[in-house]
Amino acid sequence: MENAVQIKNLSVTLPGAIEAIKNVSIELPSKKTVGIIGPSGAGKTTLVRSIVGRTRITSGEILVFGMKPGSAELRKQARYMTQELSVYPDLTIRENLNFFAIMSGQARKDLKKTLIEVLKAVDLTDKTDSLVSSLSGGQKQRVSLAIALIGSPKLMVLDEPTVGLDPVLRNKLWNLFAQLAKQGTTLVITSHSMDEAERCDDLVLLRNGQAIAHSTPADLKKHTGTKTIEESFLKLVGGQT
Amino acid sequence: MSPRKTLATAKRVLRQLSHDHRTLALLFVVPPVLLTIFKYVFQNEPNTFNQLAPMLLGIFPMVMMFLVTSIATLRERTSGTLDRLMTMPIGKMDFIFGYALAFGLVALAQACIATGVMLGLLDVPVLGGTFPTIVCAVAAGLLGTSLGLFTSAFARSEFQAVQFMPAFILPQLLTCGLFIAREQMAQPLQWFANVMPLTYSVDAMKQITSNFEWTSELTHDLLIVGCYTVAALVLASLTIRRQD
Repeated sequence: MENAVQIKNLSVTLPGAIEAIKNVSIELPSKKTVGIIGPSGAGKTTLVRSIVGRTRITSGEILVFGMKPGSAELRKQARYMTQELSVYPDLTIRENLNFFAIMSGQARKDLKKTLIEVLKAVDLTDKTDSLVSSLSGGQKQRVSLAIALIGSPKLMVLDEPTVGLDPVLRNKLWNLFAQLAKQGTTLVITSHSMDEAERCDDLVLLRNGQAIAHSTPADLKKHTGTKTIEESFLKLVGGQT
Repeated sequence: MSPRKTLATAKRVLRQLSHDHRTLALLFVVPPVLLTIFKYVFQNEPNTFNQLAPMLLGIFPMVMMFLVTSIATLRERTSGTLDRLMTMPIGKMDFIFGYALAFGLVALAQACIATGVMLGLLDVPVLGGTFPTIVCAVAAGLLGTSLGLFTSAFARSEFQAVQFMPAFILPQLLTCGLFIAREQMAQPLQWFANVMPLTYSVDAMKQITSNFEWTSELTHDLLIVGCYTVAALVLASLTIRRQD
């Protein structure tokens, strides 16, 4: 299938009558890194929560690999990394990973192998038996990412996975995302950082709950006649964010 | 629902507790210490203490398990871990029963220690003996756990969650028959006490204190406590939603 996620006329109204997503229709390609970019409050988190089925949609339709978000079958193939750390600080890295591996349906015999693989991917092998609460912010973030890697999911939805990380680590993680996409994983990644947008294969610019642009970074810059994504964004919104 | 995922959840909750030595110590040490303090509060009225102590053993586990469970589940809700779990291939009941199982085991350990101290060291004469006392204390602990799982859904912060203790538990404590026989209370309070679960937990302990054999009233009281526990677990599962 060409597209991993099909979104048609999606509107989401959150409690308190907040219109977080307003009539968005986009199709996200499979096996690519797709950036959902926009200022804070643009609706990025609501959009990705709708894709993983955590937020009830008000109207419209979402299909992920042809399945409804949150359906039992899709929950086996999609992983969601929330903006909060969503790991247990009072457990070690190993205990966290083993627990989430069982929850994601990994067989007992695969646990050890999975643990080694995902920790290698996020470069935390030497911390396996450390309590998560004793780790630095960036390390905790990587534990959370490691959990999303368990079982080589078809779709990874990562909400601000690199926020607050140093440039070296950010670069490393974006290399990892590119490599995962090459291996066949679809990654939907939110970010409010425009320079990270340059690293995505495909971009959706969100503003006030609306998709104001959707293309590759190169096409977007060409289309708007700008040198950076940041300039493109500013041009598209007429200089105001 | 899968037994493997339920067990893994219970194990995970217990692991978290095992890394938290202070909480464990508080759970196991506080009830016997409180009972001991009570003994010396009533040093001139040993008979009063002998009547009160078993009743307290029907109350302490409920209060403590209520607090621990409501904070633990509130943390799951606010830290994003519940979000993550709900997007994974697990059933809500795996989560609920995992917690019930884990804290049920903690309640068992707590009940054994507190009962041991009460019967062994403080020499409280309980006619019914050790086993029914432990059963009753565990039932009280499980009741607290399930109420904690349920009420934590209504707390937005840990501040609110701890306030639920005085709000939900203290009224039951005042009217459960610990301070005065319930028949002597104002009629509306009797009605209130009749529908509150802690009343039956305390009643069960009274039955054990004054009867050698397992009475039908004891079975009746424990059944009611059990029904409240199951009902709270069902309600708790309704508060955990796949979609918000």
